[in-house]
Amino acid sequence: MLFDIEVKISLKSGMLNPEATTIERSLDLLGYEVKNTKTVEIIKFQMEGEDREVIRENVVDMCERLLCNPVIHNYKINVIPQNMACGK
Amino acid sequence: MKIGVIRFPGTNCDRDVARAIELVGLEAEYVWWSRDDLTDYDGVVIPGGFSYGDYLRAGAMASITPVIDGIKALVKEEKPVLGICNGAQILGEIGLVPGVFITNENPKFNCEWVDLKVSNTRTPFTKDFKKGQTVKIPIAHAEGRFYTEDIDLLKDQDQIVLQFKDRNPNGSMEAITSVCDESGLVCAMMPHPERACEEILGSTDGLNFFKGFL
Repeated sequence: MLFDIEVKISLKSGMLNPEATTIERSLDLLGYEVKNTKTVEIIKFQMEGEDREVIRENVVDMCERLLCNPVIHNYKINVIPQNMACGK
Repeated sequence: MKIGVIRFPGTNCDRDVARAIELVGLEAEYVWWSRDDLTDYDGVVIPGGFSYGDYLRAGAMASITPVIDGIKALVKEEKPVLGICNGAQILGEIGLVPGVFITNENPKFNCEWVDLKVSNTRTPFTKDFKKGQTVKIPIAHAEGRFYTEDIDLLKDQDQIVLQFKDRNPNGSMEAITSVCDESGLVCAMMPHPERACEEILGSTDGLNFFKGFL
């Protein structure tokens, strides 16, 4: 079975996010008043497998070993079987 | 004595570092990332640059290459390891030193001479300085803001090596720009000592860091 994987990586709450601050300041230049701007990195890929939980465990491993730095990041993982992605 | 200069795709301070090593009378040899046995070397430098284009995070891709196993083995043999700029980011990523170096508070690429305070002289790289001495060495980075979850532990274990003096150009926690492991043999620093090794460059304060391998 083919699974669509999505990993959302964000800075831990309270961490300074200079990119988000700069975006907020630029939006202000355009006249938009926004607050609490955050940036999130999304990594998408596909994996073949039978068991959704096994896939998820693998992706957790990837996050801990490469995709995230546990000192500064939180992550959320979505594992979606492909036949569900289109609503079947 | 032979010092390994680690190269990844995107490393760009390797030749400057090799020259600095030769200036203090040591032999420098380039080591490609795929090599995992570094037993030939009396120490290594991980030079600056943009390994793997800084993809994902600065130092992330380099942190899982075979040469990292070689570096960890060298550390077990109590050989000195110096990570400069991108090399410092890599040492943070692999957890050989505490904390991480992340996007500057003002997210611009900061390239300038700075005055640094030597906060710790127990590492081989700072043993020829006096504690509290000011040294002049340039920085060149956009991701050099030091952050750690436990600053008190760092202080208790005397792991702060260099701090920005007078002003903090990247917003680092307590103006820290270099830290070491508990032993002091592994040192990560954002400033570039190899760019301060000859009078013509404006300072020779960087030479002592390379004399640390002697």
